[in-house]
Amino acid sequence: MTALAATASGWSGWLPAIRLGLLGAAIALYLCFIGIVAIFDPRPLIQGVISLGQVALILTGIGVGYLTARRAADGPLRAMIGATIAGTIAGAALTGFVLLGAVIDLRGVILHASPVTYGVLTFGLDTPGAWIPIVLLGAAGAVGGAVEVLPTRFQRPVISSLMALLVIGLFAGVIRSPMLANPLTDPIARLLFASDGVTPLGAVATVVAVLGGQALNRRLAIPQRVRELPAERRQRLTLPAIIVGVLFVLWLPQGVGSFFAQVVAVVTLYVLMAFGLNITLGLAGLLDLGFVAFFAVGAYTVGLLTGSGDYGIAHWPFWAAVPVAVILAMAFGAFLGLPILGIRGDYLAIATLGFGEIVRILAGSDLLKPWLGGPRGIYPIPKPIEVTPDSFLAGPLQIYYIALAFAAVVAFVAVRLRDSRLGRAWVAIREDEDVAEALGVNLVQTKLLAYMLGAAFAGLGGAIFSTLLGAIISSSITVFVSINVAAIIIVGGMGSIPGVVVGSIFLIGIPELFREFSEYRYLFYGVALIAMMIYRPEGILPSRITRREFHASDEAEPGEPAEGQSTDEPTSQPATGMVT
Amino acid sequence: MQVRLADRVTDLAIATFLWAFRISVVLIVVVGSFLTLSSGKYGLETWTGLVITGLTTGSVYALVALGYTMVYGILRMINFAHGDIFMIGGFAGYFAGLALSRLGFLNANAIASLISIMIMMVVAGVFALVVALLVERIAYRPLRNAPRLIPLISAFGASYFLEYSVKGWAGPGVYAFPDVAVLDQLVPIDFVRIKWLDVLVVIAALVMMAGLYFFVMRTKVGTAIRAVSEDKATAALMGIDVDRAIVTTFAVGAAMAGAAGVLFGLMFRQINYFSGFEPGLKAFTAAVLGGIGNIPGAMLGGLFLGQVEAVGPQLFLDGFGVPGLAGLAKAVGFTMLVLILVFRPSGLLGERISGTRA
Repeated sequence: MTALAATASGWSGWLPAIRLGLLGAAIALYLCFIGIVAIFDPRPLIQGVISLGQVALILTGIGVGYLTARRAADGPLRAMIGATIAGTIAGAALTGFVLLGAVIDLRGVILHASPVTYGVLTFGLDTPGAWIPIVLLGAAGAVGGAVEVLPTRFQRPVISSLMALLVIGLFAGVIRSPMLANPLTDPIARLLFASDGVTPLGAVATVVAVLGGQALNRRLAIPQRVRELPAERRQRLTLPAIIVGVLFVLWLPQGVGSFFAQVVAVVTLYVLMAFGLNITLGLAGLLDLGFVAFFAVGAYTVGLLTGSGDYGIAHWPFWAAVPVAVILAMAFGAFLGLPILGIRGDYLAIATLGFGEIVRILAGSDLLKPWLGGPRGIYPIPKPIEVTPDSFLAGPLQIYYIALAFAAVVAFVAVRLRDSRLGRAWVAIREDEDVAEALGVNLVQTKLLAYMLGAAFAGLGGAIFSTLLGAIISSSITVFVSINVAAIIIVGGMGSIPGVVVGSIFLIGIPELFREFSEYRYLFYGVALIAMMIYRPEGILPSRITRREFHASDEAEPGEPAEGQSTDEPTSQPATGMVT
Repeated sequence: MQVRLADRVTDLAIATFLWAFRISVVLIVVVGSFLTLSSGKYGLETWTGLVITGLTTGSVYALVALGYTMVYGILRMINFAHGDIFMIGGFAGYFAGLALSRLGFLNANAIASLISIMIMMVVAGVFALVVALLVERIAYRPLRNAPRLIPLISAFGASYFLEYSVKGWAGPGVYAFPDVAVLDQLVPIDFVRIKWLDVLVVIAALVMMAGLYFFVMRTKVGTAIRAVSEDKATAALMGIDVDRAIVTTFAVGAAMAGAAGVLFGLMFRQINYFSGFEPGLKAFTAAVLGGIGNIPGAMLGGLFLGQVEAVGPQLFLDGFGVPGLAGLAKAVGFTMLVLILVFRPSGLLGERISGTRA
C-alpha cells in the first residue's frame, strides 16, 4: 500500500521531466524536419569534431536538461536524474525517427528525411548508429542539468566558455581571412582557425582565453573601477572612447576583405533606413509596413536620373539626384499618408502593407514598363564617386562610407527631433491619441510629418541601394524590405538608436554573412518577433522612455513624463500648461 | 477654444484632397465601365465567365474571411497568420489527395472523387485546426491584455514562422495539386459554360457557411462565443468559460480556412509555402469590407471582393486601353483594401462591435 503511494508520488515528481522531454523531442524533430540539421551540417564548429547541425540538437538537449533541473525542487541528485531523463526522451524521438526512416522512405512527406539528416544524427553510421541520439541528448541533458546544479561560481565560466566557443566558431572565417593576409599572423590563423570553424586546438585556446580573461577581470575589476571614478574624470575618458569607436567603424570594412565590406555596407544601409522608420514607428508609434514604396521611389528616381543605359533620362551626377529622390519620396509619403493617417493603428499597418504591395506590382507591371523597365529594370547605374578600379574607394567601400555619413546625419536629425516639441507631440500620440488631441496636438498634421520623414529616409535608402547594386530591378521591391526594417526596430528597441544598430547587425549582418542562416532568416524573424513581444516588448536595447513605460512598476520616476506632456502644445486651452 | 489659422487651412486642404481622391476613384470606375461597355469588345460569354470566376474565388475568400472576422470580433486583434493557416490546410489536403490518388481511389468514379475531396477537406481542416490552436496558445494567449500593436506584431511573427517552417519542411518549390478528372467536365446546361469544380466550390462554401451560421446562432457554444465577443468580463461573470470560447473561435475559423485551402488548391492547381499570403490579405479585405466582427458581412464581403477582382480590371481599366491587365488584377484587391480602410473602415454592413475605438 505504502509502496504504491510512494511510486505514485514518485511519478508525479518526474512529470515535469517527462513533459519537458516531450517538448524537447518536438523541438528536435522540428529541427530535423525543416532541414536546419541537414543544412547547418556542412559548417563545422570545431573542425572534424562537431558540426553546427549537431550543435543545434545538443543545445536543445542542454536547454531541456537545464529547464528540468530548474523546475526540480528536491535536491541536486533528483534534478540531475530528471535532466538526464528529459534529454533521453528527446533523443529517443530522434532514434525513433532514424529507425522509422530505415523502414519507410519518408521523403515524400518530409523533404529533409534524407540520408544527410540521418547521417548527422548518427555521426555517419546510419541505422546501426541509431542509439547515438539517445546517448548524445541524454548526455546533453545531463550537462544542462549539471550547469544548473553547479554553484554560481562555476556556472558563469562554463556558460561563457560555451558561448564564446559558439561565437568564435561561427566567426572563424571572418577572423581568419584578414589574418592570413599578414605574414605575422598567418601561422597563428592556420593553427587556430579552419576555413569554417575552429581547429580543436583553437577550441582549447578559446576556452583557456575565456577562463583566463574572466579570472583577470575578477582581479582587476575594470568596469567597476570606471563606474567608481569621479564624474569629471569619467567624462575625460568619454572623448578618447568615442574617437576609438569612430576610427574602428571607419577601418572596419578595409580590415575584413571585400565580401565582408559588402555585408557591412548593406548593414549600414539598413541602419540608415531603420533610423528613418524609427521616427515613424519608434517615436510616433505608426506601424508602417509600406516602407518599400518610398524605398522604390528613391531607387527608381536615382536610376532614372543618373542611369547611363536605355532608361536613363538625365545623366545627372548622383549628388544632384539624391535631393530629388528624397523630396519625391517625401511628397509621395504625403500623398499616400494623407488619406490613411486618419485610420486607427492596426488598420494602418494593413493599409500600408497594401500600399507596398500595390507599388511592388506596379513596378513590375507592363503598364510602367516603358519607363521603369519592368522585371529587367534600369541598368547600369554609376557609382556616386568615379574612381579608378584599383582605388580603395572602388566597389562597396565608397557606398559604405556614404551610407555611414548619411546614417550619422539621419541619426543626428532623429535625436534633435526627438527632443523637440514635435518629438514630444509624436510620443504623446503614440501613448494616447485621444489625450494628445485633447492637449491640442493636431493629429493628422503631426502624424503626417512623422510619416513624411520616414518616407524621406526610405527614399534616401533606396537611392543609395540602387548605386550599391548598380541597377534597380522590380524584384528588389519586395515586402521583405519593409519587414526587415520594421523587425530591426522592434527587435532592437523602439525609439532607441543603439538598439537599431544592434538590431541591424543581428537581423541583417548575420544572415548576410552565413548562407545557412539566410535560408532560415525569416523563420528566425518570426520566432524573434513572437519571443520579443512576449518576453521583452521594449526590444533588446530600448530607449529610456520606452523602458520606463514597459516597466513602470519597477522604476517609477515621477515628474518627467508629466512635464513632457504639459509643455507639448501651449496653443490649446491655457489650463494645460501655458506659462505666461 | 481657439484654433490657429494655419491648422484650419491644412485641415481644409486635407479634406479637399480626400474628396478629390474619392471623386477620381468614382470617375475611373464610371468612365472606365462606360468606355469598356460601349466599345463592345467583350460578349456576354466573357462576362458570365468572369462572374463565375468571381463567384468561386469569392466563396473561398468568404470562408477565410470568417476566421478573421470571428477572431477580431472576440479578441479585437488581426490574426495575420490566418492566411498561413489556410495555406497549411492546403498542404495537408495536398498530401491526403496524393495518398488517395496513389491508392487509385481519387479518380475511381464520380462518387469516389467526391468522397476523396471530402476526406481531403476534413484532413486539411483538422490539421489547420491543430496548428491554429498551437499558434493561439504560444503566440497570442500570453499577450491577450497587451496594447493593440503588440499582438499584431506577434501575429506577423507567427505568419513568418509558419511560412518558413513550411518552406523548410516541403521546400520552396511549387506543388501541383492532384487532378480530379470529374471536376473538369462541364455541367450539361446550354446557356453558360460552367465546370463541376465551380459548382462544388460554391456548394461546399455555402454548406460550410450555413453550418457556421447555425453553430454561432443556435448552439450553446455559439451563444457563449457571441456573449464573450460582446463583453468578456460580463460573460465571465455569467459563468462562461472565456478561454474556451476563444479557443473554439480559433478552432472553427481555422477548420474552415483549412478546408478552403483544399478548394483553393483544386481551383488553382498549385500550392507553395507563400500561397497563403495574398488570399489571406484579400480575405482580410473581405472581412473589413463586410464590417469586421460581422459574420454575414464577411460572407457578403468575400463574394463582393471576388466579383470586383474578377470583373473589375476588365470593366474599369480596359476602356482606358491599359496594357497588361492580368498583372494588374492582383493590384485591384490591394487597392480595394486600401480604399475600404480609408473611406469606410466600418464596412458595408457596419461593425458588430461595441466600443472598438483604439
